[in-house]
Amino acid sequence: MTERIVIVGGGTGGTVLANRLTERLEPEIDSGDVEVVLINDGEKQFYKPAYLYVPFGKKDVSEASKPIRDLIPRAVDFRVDRVERVDTDRKRVTLASGGGLSYDQLVLATGANLAPENTPGLVEGGHHFYGPEGAEALREELAEFREGHIVLSVIGVPHMCPAAPVEFTLMVDDWLRKRGLREDVEITYTYPIQRAHGLQSIADWVTPIFEERDVNLETFFNVQEVDPDAQVLETMEGKEMEYDLLVGIPPHEGSDLVREAGLGDDGWVAVDQHTLEAEHAEDVYAIGDAADIPTSKAGSVAHYAAGTVAARIASDVRGEIPTASFDGKTVCFIETGMDEATFVSFDYGSEPTMREPSKPIHWSKLGYNESYWLTARGLI
Amino acid sequence: MSESISPDVTVDSRGAACPGPLMDLIGKVQDADPGTVIELQTSDSGSKGDVPEWVEEAGHELLDTVEHDDYWSLYVETTK
Ligand SMILES: Cc1cc2nc3c(=O)[nH]c(=O)nc-3n(C[C@H](O)[C@H](O)[C@H](O)COP(=O)(O)OP(=O)(O)OC[C@H]3O[C@@H](n4cnc5c(N)ncnc54)[C@H](O)[C@@H]3O)c2cc1C
Repeated sequence: MTERIVIVGGGTGGTVLANRLTERLEPEIDSGDVEVVLINDGEKQFYKPAYLYVPFGKKDVSEASKPIRDLIPRAVDFRVDRVERVDTDRKRVTLASGGGLSYDQLVLATGANLAPENTPGLVEGGHHFYGPEGAEALREELAEFREGHIVLSVIGVPHMCPAAPVEFTLMVDDWLRKRGLREDVEITYTYPIQRAHGLQSIADWVTPIFEERDVNLETFFNVQEVDPDAQVLETMEGKEMEYDLLVGIPPHEGSDLVREAGLGDDGWVAVDQHTLEAEHAEDVYAIGDAADIPTSKAGSVAHYAAGTVAARIASDVRGEIPTASFDGKTVCFIETGMDEATFVSFDYGSEPTMREPSKPIHWSKLGYNESYWLTARGLI
Repeated sequence: MSESISPDVTVDSRGAACPGPLMDLIGKVQDADPGTVIELQTSDSGSKGDVPEWVEEAGHELLDTVEHDDYWSLYVETTK
């Protein structure tokens, strides 16, 4: 009997996993004892970190995608389809194209979905750079923006890439300065809790930078509603703020698939944070943004978690006791302007140390973005 | 007595790194109906200060803080 490993989602996590699994289980796959199936609801993978540069005209959305087939070995059975249901009792997934597929091991790598409509008025009144259309529309808006109040508001919690809102704020400041427009533009950054960032060390590091660069910081600010006509934000704490250009980090949602399968109440898969095994079903794992783990929704997390799950599944297939464990490793580059950056790394329960921003780190981030497709292919 | 509080929702933020337990709690509060009791489990001692401060600012109610061996449970009831 062939043991079938089904991966749902061909984003960063799904493709790294497909590569790692085929490496580890090459003999078993060659002999037909193991089969790896990757299902994604489109031919292409989208590389989201590139969207940060689109509003500034530094990257094009078209550069941010590649056919998944080119990112995975031939040995992987890649199917363009949408998984509509997971039955963890019968160990079967139902496909949009009709029919189903049974699995021995299932890995959910379905990512996060943007849900700006969850905040009334946000779709009409705000912009964002978290998706391709949003980033392009913001580019048009910014290109014409010459004076007024730009508000970068972190609205959705949790959201992908906790560094991106800080990055955008520092980039827009630098970009406007370089274009001689900064004097006529006020910039405000708002954050839900009482400091500028969830991580104390990032908050301590960025607060004086905001001050130096004349960026207003508003904390304890949780947008509840946007009035698109009056261009006003209203918060859960009862505050109001006027804006001319709102860049809102939209609310995110997990997947209905997860909720309906009973794998996690709010659409994120409840997993053990070290083994990444689902808490509510056997032989189901989750990696990347879809997993409810106490760290960032970041590509690096999806990448390292994929390595752990590949090792665990390979051990399991061979009848060994899986021992690989995920320690929450997260690495984030942080752009501090248009040509300087820093980076942080940390794991569960640890605080990062901040490094002085530099040009070489900025080039490393750009270099990483360029070579990302090698990462997705499991090569680095 | 804290033992008598039975939460509608439990948020396990033990070991939470970025962006932290309070952000996890806010995410839940945003989605919750008024009157929902949320238990936030946190191993970050900073949460004992952060959470009550935000809960008050946002006008919700902190019902209790219970210390366990290696984490705390903060019980919050949403009011709106
Ligand atoms: C603007 C921006 C900047 C970012 N910058 C960084 C950064 O600098 N560094 C960093 O580490 N991270 C960054 N991130 C975060 C990073 O992009 C995500 O964390 C990462 O993509 C998560 O990978 P994933 O595999 O979990 O999900 P995804 O990459 O989102 O992939 C999920 C895939 O599953 C598919 N799918 C979903 N449901 C189904 C279904 N039912 N059936 C079939 N297929 C399905 C989707 O179509 C998608 O292809 C950024 C994100 C944004 C938005």
